[in-house]
Amino acid sequence: MKNIAFFAVGIIFGITMTKSEAISWFRIHEMFRFESFHMYGIIGTAVVLGAIALVILKRLQVKTASGNPISYTPMELRPVRHILAGSFFGLGWAITGCCPGPMYVLLGQGYWIIGLVLLSAILGTYTYGVIRHKLPH
Amino acid sequence: MKEVIDFISQPWHWAVSGAMIALTLLILTLMGRSFGVSMTFRNACTLAGAGKKYAFFDVDMKEEWWRMAFVLGGLVGGFLAVHFLRSPEAVAISEATQAHLSAWGLDYPAADSKGLGFVPTTLFNFSSIKGIALAVIGGFLVGFGARYADGCTSGHAITGLSHLQLPSLLTVIGFFIGGLLMTHVIMPLLF
Repeated sequence: MKNIAFFAVGIIFGITMTKSEAISWFRIHEMFRFESFHMYGIIGTAVVLGAIALVILKRLQVKTASGNPISYTPMELRPVRHILAGSFFGLGWAITGCCPGPMYVLLGQGYWIIGLVLLSAILGTYTYGVIRHKLPH
Repeated sequence: MKEVIDFISQPWHWAVSGAMIALTLLILTLMGRSFGVSMTFRNACTLAGAGKKYAFFDVDMKEEWWRMAFVLGGLVGGFLAVHFLRSPEAVAISEATQAHLSAWGLDYPAADSKGLGFVPTTLFNFSSIKGIALAVIGGFLVGFGARYADGCTSGHAITGLSHLQLPSLLTVIGFFIGGLLMTHVIMPLLF
């Protein structure tokens, strides 16, 4: 039953991603060429508002639906891993013009070729799971 | 009602878009979950049975069904937005980008057969070997990199940065190192 609520939030997310144009390959390409402020404005606004709201919610000691305080489990700081892993992701992001969220949204719009991107992304994740012990972490 | 639909159907200003993404983050947080999409790829591996062979995929799906419901909602949201809240015109990218893409043979917005300005379908389509290869390679790198980085744009650039996490900042810097390298060094060799 609760999953229906998450499904509903997902619908809002899908509409937001579409109307914000963040799912556009062209917007991502433009972003990496620094030829428009659009994508930086979106991410910047989301982070600034998100950070302010989280600080306020934490200060007010607001509890989540599961009754726990708002918390974040920090990742261990491993600069080489973060930069290296992020770079792999960035290479793929710039080719496909879509990160994971937009893949689902674009598929819903009938861009069937994105289904291939999604399947390949799953294969990439599987490959990571298989060879992860050989990678620097 | 029609006025409301027409109003929402315009392309959203970046500030409105950013605020809506922050709202998504906050709703999920208050619902007791951490906003992140790329874990759905790992879940797909788990559902396909990869957990039997590799402990990394031995995930308790009871804790993950919410995420599958969320991305299914994203898919439906994309469908609804494009059919009922369609912008009157294709995405208005900058003239500089348009001129640059024309030089690559991607005339904008004609490069998107749907006319939305979302995907260059003259490049990415099932009859182009180059397009298929790029879709497969690009998708693979996104899926591999997201799990290696332990998160994608939603998990690090939105959630992690909002929680002021240094590992997320370094990961996002990595996103840009890879993205800039691909856009300015590798892609010019391919077009």
